[in-house]
Amino acid sequence: MSDQEVDQGKRGFLMVATGVVGGVAAVATAVPFAGSMFPSERAKAAGAPVEVDISKLAPGEMQIVEYRGKPVWIISRTKEMLEGIKKSDSKVSDPNSEVLQQPDYAKNEYRSIKPDIVVLEGVCTHLGCSPQYKSVDAKADMGQDWNGGFFCPCHGSKFDFAGRVFAGSPAPKNLEVPKYKFVGDAKIIIGDDTKGA
Amino acid sequence: MAALEKQPVTITCAGPLNGALSGLLTWVDARFPLIKLWEEQWGKYVAPKNFNFWYYFGSLSAFVLVLQIATGIFLTMNYKPDATQAFASVEYIMRDVWGGWIIRYMHSTGASAFFICVYLHMFRGLLYGSYRKPRELLWVFGMLIYLCLMGEAFFGYLLPWGQMSYWGAQVIVNLFGAVPFIGPDLSEWIRGDYVISDATLNRFFAFHVIAIPLVLLGLVAAHLTALHEVGSNNPDGVEIKKQPKDPQTGLPLDGIYSHPYYSIKDALGVVVFLIVFSVIMFFLPEMGGYFLEYNNFIPADPLKTPPHIAPVWYFTPYYSILRAIPPLFNSQFPGVLAMGAATMILFLLPWLDRSPVKSIRYKGPLFKGAVAAFVVVFLVLGYLGTEPTNVWGQFGAWLGNADRATVVARVCTAIYFLFFILMPWYSKIDQCKPEPARLTW
Amino acid sequence: MVSASIKRFVRIAACVAWLVPLAAVANEGPRLQTAPINSHDLASLQNGAKLFVNYCLNCHTAGYMRYNRLRDLGLTEVQIKDNLIFTGVKVGELMQSAMDRKDAKAWFGVAPPDLTVTARSRSSSAGSGADWIYTYLRSFYRDPSRPTGWNNLVFANVGMPHVLWQLDGQAQLHEEVFESEHAATAALIATKGVAQLEEARETKDGKTTERFVLKTLTPGAGTLSPVDYEKAVTDLVNYMSYMAEPARLERRQVGFYVLMLLGVLFILVFALKKSYWKDVH
Repeated sequence: MSDQEVDQGKRGFLMVATGVVGGVAAVATAVPFAGSMFPSERAKAAGAPVEVDISKLAPGEMQIVEYRGKPVWIISRTKEMLEGIKKSDSKVSDPNSEVLQQPDYAKNEYRSIKPDIVVLEGVCTHLGCSPQYKSVDAKADMGQDWNGGFFCPCHGSKFDFAGRVFAGSPAPKNLEVPKYKFVGDAKIIIGDDTKGA
Repeated sequence: MAALEKQPVTITCAGPLNGALSGLLTWVDARFPLIKLWEEQWGKYVAPKNFNFWYYFGSLSAFVLVLQIATGIFLTMNYKPDATQAFASVEYIMRDVWGGWIIRYMHSTGASAFFICVYLHMFRGLLYGSYRKPRELLWVFGMLIYLCLMGEAFFGYLLPWGQMSYWGAQVIVNLFGAVPFIGPDLSEWIRGDYVISDATLNRFFAFHVIAIPLVLLGLVAAHLTALHEVGSNNPDGVEIKKQPKDPQTGLPLDGIYSHPYYSIKDALGVVVFLIVFSVIMFFLPEMGGYFLEYNNFIPADPLKTPPHIAPVWYFTPYYSILRAIPPLFNSQFPGVLAMGAATMILFLLPWLDRSPVKSIRYKGPLFKGAVAAFVVVFLVLGYLGTEPTNVWGQFGAWLGNADRATVVARVCTAIYFLFFILMPWYSKIDQCKPEPARLTW
Repeated sequence: MVSASIKRFVRIAACVAWLVPLAAVANEGPRLQTAPINSHDLASLQNGAKLFVNYCLNCHTAGYMRYNRLRDLGLTEVQIKDNLIFTGVKVGELMQSAMDRKDAKAWFGVAPPDLTVTARSRSSSAGSGADWIYTYLRSFYRDPSRPTGWNNLVFANVGMPHVLWQLDGQAQLHEEVFESEHAATAALIATKGVAQLEEARETKDGKTTERFVLKTLTPGAGTLSPVDYEKAVTDLVNYMSYMAEPARLERRQVGFYVLMLLGVLFILVFALKKSYWKDVH
């Protein structure tokens, strides 16, 4: 092999090697830039699970807390409200919660861990307004066959006390159930459903 | 005249992608002067073959500019230009943003690196007469870049809203108050308030983040265009365009194509630069308080003046000159004028140098001595600007108990200006050596 | 091959470099002892964190430091929550103080400054910020003339009381006057513990006499022995040094790998440059 050929061969190898190592260096440099765009510690802290004390929640009452910028409703359901849910079975679009809007433990007839407490995201699945609480007795404005639930003032969507959307509403899906767990009977943690403390 | 058909582009270095890449580039080149741009601006730009150490700093300055813009963009994603949030937002970037500390240190180290590269780049011009005809405009564009860079650094330094940020800005803006008649109103207009405040911070943010970077990019484009129009100088100061052409290549005898020779050499320069940069960034980011000043880790307090205010190291030579001039006619304005003149006199270099030769290699002992003296006084003035005026104690009563540092600063200021003012004289009478016809290393 | 111009440049720079040490002649401020901190000692850092939240956060804030960042010190979130948070906030929150800033200003004349980056801001040519805090916390002495009853050799007439007095005991000031600066400086150098030298100028009948006062402390008896108190202060300063820049350890580790990568790249690019430039004569 002549000197010229050896040179070309060496140059070729060096070009490839330099290209590879240079490429690694370029990617390594891009990592902190791209990584800096992920949620910061401040965002993660603000979005941390919320502890709610429900010891003062009376039957039929609703408590509202904020989790990751959205309103979360915690409602203590009376027997009448639970019966109203059963009566709505035929009128709702997704009675068995087939669409993924809730964790596994909320995929039941009352869409909750315990029947008497329900946790729902207060955001209408149509275009994001916050629906209003309409009790079982609100038959004057909701109609005689109203069994209790929520009414969204923006475009008229209706939901029952399990957060299931009524057929005919503009909203396509049931209200979302966030991750949550009980700590004893008087405390709920929203955003965290891991076992243990 | 009929338009010439462009040749198709042929790529041979991309292995299996050769065909596709060639096709794509031919399509683009038929619609956009891609190949012409590449060849004229870099690929077939003929440069002297004897570029040495001093010739790395132009491309390094451009590299640092890109670095500062990239890191600046990502800092702006999390920085808050509000007097009540600015300081905290910088600590937020350092702690709560993943990789934030890397981006911040890159930017702070980069600011100082930028000035090191630019000063060495300018010094190269001084050494080899790169400002001489026909490169006067190239030098002027470069000086405008330097001025913009100083402005950019000044506006940027207020943003962390530390004690040094605040009080440094207060002092410099107050300098404008020394302008006769319009001074105080001018200062108020610059600040947007009666003292440095949130209004000032917001407008300095606008200048730093978008106004001056745009101007800088435009000036860099002009600077490179002017360079390519007249061709590069070299350490011998001999114009290669005037040399006979090599019969085989058609290039001047001592000319080579920038690609691949200076592509690879400048790449080497970048790697070495990054090694030094990384050592500083990862192990010495504060650099003894010169790159990140200790006082700036205290949030700005308008009610508490720090005992010792100094500008960042790259401004200190001019700050020294400002301090060296005593108040005259009950005004600080002469000092301000002197500081301004010290910067602006650099513009005149192309017309002050009357030497028959360009490069210091062929100039006589007078010019070499003058440059040596200039370097010494520039460094001494720079050092003195970082310290209070009593740093070297006082002379005795025989010199009126004057601060030694002030006297030295005044002598240095005189030498600084004399370097320029006397240049038309000593450059002309100097005993020069004949310039060679062919380049030397 | 180093070019002639670099050699000239270095020669000139060397001529100027000797000027720098002249700065040492000027007054640098209080003499500082070097804080013997080991930033890799997790036990020391954890103890320092404990001392910090117990003694400092009552009045000061560390408003840029998140509690859950203390995982860096080898603690779990549960441990942090149970042992280090006294204000009832969540573990992801910032270290705020129990005291209201307006109250603090009214009681102490000035709101106690935030301490998150004090170990950086107090750096000077006399020593690092950690050195400053270390010497400061060991320089408190009883002074009945002050509103708090305390004074400090490093920070004269400080508005802060000696929060750690029970551990340290109540030191007393001891002053020794010298006529000559030489003798005073010699005595200062000979003193092992904390000490400051002050100049006092007295003008009587038109004549100015200079006196040099060497200030030292006679230690008091606290609940900790002097050795244990010094260790406690070391731990606290270690923690504060970490808190000022939690990324420091990571910075050095990443830097090492970056330099390794750049070293490899340098070898390759250098070889490539040599290969191409062989053609140029």
